[in-house]
Amino acid sequence: MKWDEFFVTGDPLIYGAMVSIVLVSLAILFGLTYYKKWGYMWREWLTTVDHKKIGVMYIICALIMLFRGGVDALMMRAQTAAPEMKFLTGQHYNEVFTTHGVIMILFMAMPFIFGLMNVIIPLQIGARDVAFPKLNAISFWLFFAGAMLFNISFVIGGSPDAGWSAYFPLASIEFSPTVGNNYYSLALQISGIGTLLTGVNFIVTILKMRAPGMTLMRMPMFTWSVLITCVIIIFAFPVLTIALLLMMFDRVFGSQFFTMSNGGMDMLWANLFWVWGHPEVYIVILPAFGIFSEIISTFSKKNLYGYGSMVFSMVIISALSFLVWAHHFYTMGQGAMVNGFFSITTMAIAVPTGVKIFNWLFTLRKGRISFTTPMLYSLAFIPIFTIGGVTGVMLAMASADYQYHNTMFLVAHFHYVLIPGAVFAVIAGFHYWFPKVFGFRLNEKLGKIAFWFIAISFNVTFFPMFFLGLMGMTRRTYTYSAETGFGPLNMLSMVGAVGLAIGFVILVYNIYWSTRYEPRDKTGDPWDARALEWSTPSPVPVYNFAVTPQVKGRDAYWFSKKNNEPLSDEKITKIHMPSNTGKPFILGIAFFFLGFFLVFSWWIPSIVAGVAVLIIMATMSFDRDHGYYIPVEEIVQTEQKLRGDTV
Amino acid sequence: MNKRGPLFALLLSFTLLLSGCSSLTVLDPKGPAARTLSDTIIFSILMMVGILAVVYALYIFMLTKYRAKKSNEGYEPPHEEGNKWLEILWTAIPILIVAVLSVVTVKTTVAVENVPEGYENQEPLVIYASSSNWKWHFSYPEEGIETVNYVNIPTHRPIEFRLYSFGTISSFWIPQLHGQKYAMSDMITKLNMVADEPGSMMGRNANFNGEGFAHMEFEALAMSSTEYDKWVQDVTETAPELKEDEFKKLLETAHVGRMSFSNTHLEFSPPPSEDHHHGGDVNGNEEHQDHKDVHPDPATTEETEFDSETNVDPNEPLPNFPAEESPNHQHDGH
Repeated sequence: MKWDEFFVTGDPLIYGAMVSIVLVSLAILFGLTYYKKWGYMWREWLTTVDHKKIGVMYIICALIMLFRGGVDALMMRAQTAAPEMKFLTGQHYNEVFTTHGVIMILFMAMPFIFGLMNVIIPLQIGARDVAFPKLNAISFWLFFAGAMLFNISFVIGGSPDAGWSAYFPLASIEFSPTVGNNYYSLALQISGIGTLLTGVNFIVTILKMRAPGMTLMRMPMFTWSVLITCVIIIFAFPVLTIALLLMMFDRVFGSQFFTMSNGGMDMLWANLFWVWGHPEVYIVILPAFGIFSEIISTFSKKNLYGYGSMVFSMVIISALSFLVWAHHFYTMGQGAMVNGFFSITTMAIAVPTGVKIFNWLFTLRKGRISFTTPMLYSLAFIPIFTIGGVTGVMLAMASADYQYHNTMFLVAHFHYVLIPGAVFAVIAGFHYWFPKVFGFRLNEKLGKIAFWFIAISFNVTFFPMFFLGLMGMTRRTYTYSAETGFGPLNMLSMVGAVGLAIGFVILVYNIYWSTRYEPRDKTGDPWDARALEWSTPSPVPVYNFAVTPQVKGRDAYWFSKKNNEPLSDEKITKIHMPSNTGKPFILGIAFFFLGFFLVFSWWIPSIVAGVAVLIIMATMSFDRDHGYYIPVEEIVQTEQKLRGDTV
Repeated sequence: MNKRGPLFALLLSFTLLLSGCSSLTVLDPKGPAARTLSDTIIFSILMMVGILAVVYALYIFMLTKYRAKKSNEGYEPPHEEGNKWLEILWTAIPILIVAVLSVVTVKTTVAVENVPEGYENQEPLVIYASSSNWKWHFSYPEEGIETVNYVNIPTHRPIEFRLYSFGTISSFWIPQLHGQKYAMSDMITKLNMVADEPGSMMGRNANFNGEGFAHMEFEALAMSSTEYDKWVQDVTETAPELKEDEFKKLLETAHVGRMSFSNTHLEFSPPPSEDHHHGGDVNGNEEHQDHKDVHPDPATTEETEFDSETNVDPNEPLPNFPAEESPNHQHDGH
């Protein structure tokens, strides 16, 4: 292989990206060396098993990926803003929308949610850490290895170009001969293992590590949503892993699972992909529902309305999510009866979702609603998501879908679901829980300016797409002629996209500004909130709770504040904590190289990396590290420092 | 502090809708199948606007009435567990709505899958539409002609498009006549439609299939049957014959303009379900596998939903081909 085949060449945009990647990497290396932070990085972050730090790392990655996916989005909007634009070539456009989809779903929305889960779930259930802290670190580093592997594709070897759904035979070696889709199958497999492990870890954590007295029906709604999400993960992700494995065999080893000959079935891929792909939507949406439930309840100063039906509706949604996958290809020709069945199951999802919307509205009723930044995102979610929901019902009608399928109408719909449902949720959660992790709030004024930019620009960007779809504009079209009349609405959409970008820039600036100037919070409970995570000081000490809280009902912390009863009357005893380990990080590196070598079919290096992976896993299983104890005096000191009083 | 953006957008959308659907291709049907779909879409939009109105009214009410004000400082919101009857209410009403929509969906889906109402007794004109990167080939076995990137059809006669692909999955779509359906390499899918007024319509592949996807369009031109017959005669008399090696070359060419031929590629590259060598095991035939790149092996899928044998429909004789029969052979009717 020649060097000019190895690196992507010939496009000034990509040269620019290469230069900036090199510069940023050098800047990071130089900064770490200059400020003598290598040891700190290793001890505090790379080897950490602390769920809070792992969560923070997930969220930092997610923000970087949001930037990457956002730049992709802007490039797409720019290319289609006017007829016959010459900004990107067809091939480049195809790579850009493919990576936009994969990154936004798998490397932005999911890690952002995993980050919030990691930080908050153990705190909400009154636990010291997750059930398997070391496994948690492995999950993170596998996700990180997968994300990095996927991201280098656009400078080394070329990005996948067959859409985020990678339909066969288009994604087969015959029609997509570059290594792009090898990256797709390997990066997603590696990060997928991490996701599956997270699912297992959090199910065990939530089922086994709740504070005494916290029965299942006393859990905060976010914890419930994460529990159900993790159940979906452990059922859905194995399907993806197998599908990707078969894809890898097809592309790298010449098997014929999804090809056009020797018994290959292209539509088998589509089925397997969506058997995972549809539940995946709920994997990102259900935790969002949980986040909104927490925030709406906190800022209405009321308990969540219809708790039981909220839980029940999530269980129903998770079950139905596995029964709807064929609605992604009504047009495959499977006939009216099959389509009718999937139409009905799909529309049925609207029922539990509607129940949730009404429960949120009635949580607001008789409340005292304060419009903080997290609350603004949660409130904007309701009307926007409802548009996404009702257009979803329209798409669910198989007959009508013959006209919406593959058009911009569909694109508008799923952005109307995923942006309020997932992005608004994680931003709301980010603002809401930020003071818990860092000990100060994000600035409210800047937060609100960013919110209005994002909420209004979102509608300007995506509402025109409903009309573009009905006008007959298909998705994934890199160019169109002036006669089609698609121009003006696409230009409007471009204007909205720029507004969204400005909103996100303000959001990031707010992080910087608040870090420098925002006053520090001494209470640990700046929002006057309800769940257990607010009962411990901010930033949360490594052991989370000096003494394990005793739970007597829902909104345990709220009632302990109101009735002036402490959450626990036990004495502080020494606390058992897990020790740090560097092996998950090293395992992640080994997996990265295994994936990278397999992408290029370099067999000898692949075998070496594969053996390295096995050796690291073997040594991990012989680890005899039983953790360490934090002595009582140290806990007392920390608590005094953080609370400014005696415990 | 209400979020009014979506509301305005919604109003705007309605003014646009009412001011005329002509620019919204999907809502400007030129045939019964597309008209059914357009009616279904408008019906569902109205229903959804009703739902949105209820949610938005409640939402605005809650936000204006219960926001924190100076006047209600110190107000302690009550503890509410929920209300069984209200919760049953907002479960039951959506169930009813979904039930109504389900009935509409199933009825219209069946309707648009079949030959449009009123045309069942006419013999349909069969046109094979096959896609290759990035072109559409239209074969008229009845007339013995073939076109590339344009299709002419007579009005007021049911057309049965039989779709398959020489490679990637594409989606055949003439929005003013019918919704789309996939064309795949290993089976045939069918679309029944009728054009009830003459005119030119946009047709295209709707399913992304690689670099040339954006340009994979064709023109569908509906014309009166006399004009159609005249056109067929013209093509038969003046268009060149399509040879097998030319066809292979054509398949490999990414983009071509319009073409017409006085025979069809089906004669030497048949969609194999019609070819009895290949009956039964679709994938086992070695001879066929050798030519799979050029000769895909589609098996018919009738509406046999749960039937894994895509190949056989016992109730319907499979159509024959002009190549094996006399050139004037009439198609087996449906």
